[in-house]
Amino acid sequence: MIGVIDYGMGNLFSVCNGIKNLGFEVLVSNDPEQLSQCEKLVLPGVGAFGDMMENLHRQKLYDFIKKWVLVDQKPLLGICLGMQSFFETSEEKGFHKGFGFLKGQIVWMKDQNVRVPHIGWNDLKMNGQHPIFDCLSSHPYVYYVHSYYASHMDPEDMVGYCRYGTMTIPGLVMHKNVMGCQFHPEKSGEDGLKILRYYLEEFV
Amino acid sequence: MLTKRIIPCLDVKDGKVVKGINFVGLKEVGDPVKLAQKYYEQGADELVFLDITATHEGRDTMIRVVRNVASSIYMPFTVGGGLKTIEDIKNVLRAGADKVSLNSAAVKDPKLIEQGARIFGNQCIVLAVDGKKRKDGTGWNVVIHGGRIDTGIDLLDWIQTAVSLGAGEILLTSMDTDGVKKGYDLEMLKAVRSVTHVPVIASGGCGSLEHFYEVFESDLADAALAASLFHYDELTIQDVKNDLKEKGIPVRL
Repeated sequence: MIGVIDYGMGNLFSVCNGIKNLGFEVLVSNDPEQLSQCEKLVLPGVGAFGDMMENLHRQKLYDFIKKWVLVDQKPLLGICLGMQSFFETSEEKGFHKGFGFLKGQIVWMKDQNVRVPHIGWNDLKMNGQHPIFDCLSSHPYVYYVHSYYASHMDPEDMVGYCRYGTMTIPGLVMHKNVMGCQFHPEKSGEDGLKILRYYLEEFV
Repeated sequence: MLTKRIIPCLDVKDGKVVKGINFVGLKEVGDPVKLAQKYYEQGADELVFLDITATHEGRDTMIRVVRNVASSIYMPFTVGGGLKTIEDIKNVLRAGADKVSLNSAAVKDPKLIEQGARIFGNQCIVLAVDGKKRKDGTGWNVVIHGGRIDTGIDLLDWIQTAVSLGAGEILLTSMDTDGVKKGYDLEMLKAVRSVTHVPVIASGGCGSLEHFYEVFESDLADAALAASLFHYDELTIQDVKNDLKEKGIPVRL
């Protein structure tokens, strides 16, 4: 059973649909008790960083997720804002603390020469070798939609990235039992589904 | 590198895709889910669905269409037409849409953009705006209700206001070029481009391969939208992308 964490934000329909079509059962819940019965969890997210963390705290999900990752060492996939929450801090509309599973800060795209938000299909380039790329097409494109990105992260944790203007945007990150996608795998065609499948079948 | 997007637009009335010419004379062209699948397989980058139904029953039908589309394709899509409240936006997003486009309702109630962006994120809120050149040639006005009402509001002023309220993308349709297949309104796009930093989708007037190239070659848009061209198989998405790639425009193939 794959648990999708529902904290009241985000388009859960598409991510659930993707997981189901890959042959897995899905539980959508905000109840730590129920979620703790799952083998793997997914943390989706749209909206603002501060609102997300506040919602997670209010629904007692923050402590649960932290324990799931750090104490129980079980797999967690973060998508878009969910991925961003894995970093230490975010400067989106103020200053907010994230989970701190990965080193790095979420910052605004300051490049004056590109359009923000970064919307559309951009590359997922390899940062060193990783077996996930064996499953993907030779030139994978994935769908990004965001205005903030992870900077100053540990290069070891960055599996895939794209370039936007002068910026290097971490697209796919992994650290121990957490995996994060800045792009939307559930909206990124066949390669996106393969990335989702990798998480469900191969990750940790 | 970020690629330029090719976006088929599907006008939906009572659950069927229709296409009009200059906003009048509707013709039925097919089933939205089947067309969505066709474009997904052809390599479209996104889809836009505009609900042009006026009735309540039609709205429920649209939610079903959105859910069926979201179940059958793994690509982003925007839904617009008749969304007037935060509740309307939420229903469409919950059914599986990624973005909503707001047009007349946002002109009447700009707070809808602000609230929508705050709750769902700027990237969710697409400002759909229809512009028409003023008779004196001094610029463009915003027209609403499918081009029937000239609001007297300046197009560039409105776009700047909407972006400052939180619109994350502009879907710009020119009433002067829409349906006539002589190419996108490059003059209008250029003017809009200079007043905003958010991505712009060009719409209205595309009739040939050359028109896609024209709009991207001078970077007047991030995405190009077309309808009848694709619905009637005059061109496939693949034709368009192959041609653009040959001419050096970055596209996803």
